[in-house]
Amino acid sequence: MPKFVISRRKFLTSASLGVSGIMLSGCDAFDSQLGVGDGLRSFLEGANGLTWRAQRLLAGDSLAPEFTEADIRQPQRPNGVTAPDDDVYKGLLANNFADWRLEVSGLVEKPLTLTREQLMNMPSRTQITRHDCVEGWSCIAKWTGTPLSLVLDQAVVKPQARYVMFRCLDTIDRSLSGDIKYYGSIDLIDARHPQTILAYGLNGKPLPVENGAPLRVRVERQIGYKMPKYLRKIELVDSFAAIGGGRGGYWEDNGYDWYGGI
Amino acid sequence: MQSVARSQSTVGPDTAAPKDATLIYRQSRWTRLTHWLWAISLFFMLLSGLQIFNARPQLYIGKESGFAYNNTIFAIGAENTANGPRGYTEIFGKRFDTTGVLGWSGAAGRETSRAFPSWATIPSYYDLGTARVVHFFFAWILTTTLVVWLVASLINGHLRRDLVPRIDDLRRLPRDIVDHARLKFHHTREYNKLQKMAYGGVMFVLLPLMIITGLAMSPSMNAALPFLNDLLGGRQTARTIHFIVMLLLVAFFIIHMLMIFAAGPINELRSIITGWYRTDPPAHGGKTPQRSA
Repeated sequence: MPKFVISRRKFLTSASLGVSGIMLSGCDAFDSQLGVGDGLRSFLEGANGLTWRAQRLLAGDSLAPEFTEADIRQPQRPNGVTAPDDDVYKGLLANNFADWRLEVSGLVEKPLTLTREQLMNMPSRTQITRHDCVEGWSCIAKWTGTPLSLVLDQAVVKPQARYVMFRCLDTIDRSLSGDIKYYGSIDLIDARHPQTILAYGLNGKPLPVENGAPLRVRVERQIGYKMPKYLRKIELVDSFAAIGGGRGGYWEDNGYDWYGGI
Repeated sequence: MQSVARSQSTVGPDTAAPKDATLIYRQSRWTRLTHWLWAISLFFMLLSGLQIFNARPQLYIGKESGFAYNNTIFAIGAENTANGPRGYTEIFGKRFDTTGVLGWSGAAGRETSRAFPSWATIPSYYDLGTARVVHFFFAWILTTTLVVWLVASLINGHLRRDLVPRIDDLRRLPRDIVDHARLKFHHTREYNKLQKMAYGGVMFVLLPLMIITGLAMSPSMNAALPFLNDLLGGRQTARTIHFIVMLLLVAFFIIHMLMIFAAGPINELRSIITGWYRTDPPAHGGKTPQRSA
């Protein structure tokens, strides 16, 4: 019978040693299970779908907070690619985007090709909002642009479309099969949200190159990486399984969650 | 203490319970289960959280981060000096050299510029996307566990019996502080006063504040609950509070461990694993002679 106490004591001691062992050995203990596609990683990623549904339920179509002119205290901080080195982009920039076109295609009844003037002649929306970078910083600025919902209505979205895919002019990465241009996607709820605009103006001036000229997306209830710059094409899709790594965007294919409302 | 344990060893604790007045069933299965779920969640949330912080190792006060002006109150970084790269930590503009741990760390000859060292982050290498996946998964576990614990503790009386503050607690607080300072611990069914304050503070102040400031950093939650950041003083202040509460939780954890070792780790661990806890024999030992040997 004394054995019982010893074994229990041994159990408790080894359990506590085990726990502290994990903590002291450093956290590379988990590295091997956390790569994109690993079982444990995929299980943990399930929480992103839960967050997506919970936030859709809680936020409904509520608007992101808007600020006042007095809150604009500095230029909008640029991030990611700030000066595309692509020949096509540099050519378009050389004559101030006169030859630039926005293509709207995919699952739409009427594919469109829009010039910057056509977009600017549509009703516009101006909003002072806070940009939250995934890294943790925030910056408040005034954005002017065409509501994405107006462009979608003009193109007439087919009922089977589920996502809006953004295709960009800037090279974000290089792979064996060539340059990777930035790409990303949002769902139709965010796409039709009143604050989701195709922005061509920043703080009362034309959108600068470092912030995405000639056109970038603002999705005000999402983190920065969900708002592609240097837009070239908007494509309505029912799935992004066949696009890039199949996770819905450049950063998503590199391990970031698809839903970026958090 | 030793002799008491030995006399008990002739029978298993569970079967001995009715005969042995000093061994009591102290922690319900709900308390034990939620305790360990928190232990696991907080471990992963801390280490993934430090990785997330590394992406922007600065803390600001206000709605946004100052780039053209200064509202930074805390920063970890690295700089080149005459003696090579050094890590520094800056608090309210005052700079401390923290080479080796904060700012500049790694194996000898392979040091890198990173705020928190690789042994303190998940993953150990720089990977913000993965840290966010881990952090938000365990955020769900932590929050769900807190709700389950609250409901269970309301129903089973743990809250009312063990945690609700009473006037009497204040009166006995000075004595309790003195006892702790002398490392003199009383093993009773009830939590002592400082213990009650610490547990209550974590459950009703720190963890809720952690969840609220976490939600206040989510742009979608800002749309759903716009008053959160107004109350907290802006998203960047919320982020700073989130970090400070993390430090307080780490401080709680360290004291929690020290107290367990000081009060008797076997007995304390047994009670949070099996529920059974050995209390002190009644005063003077006269009433239970069979245990006073």
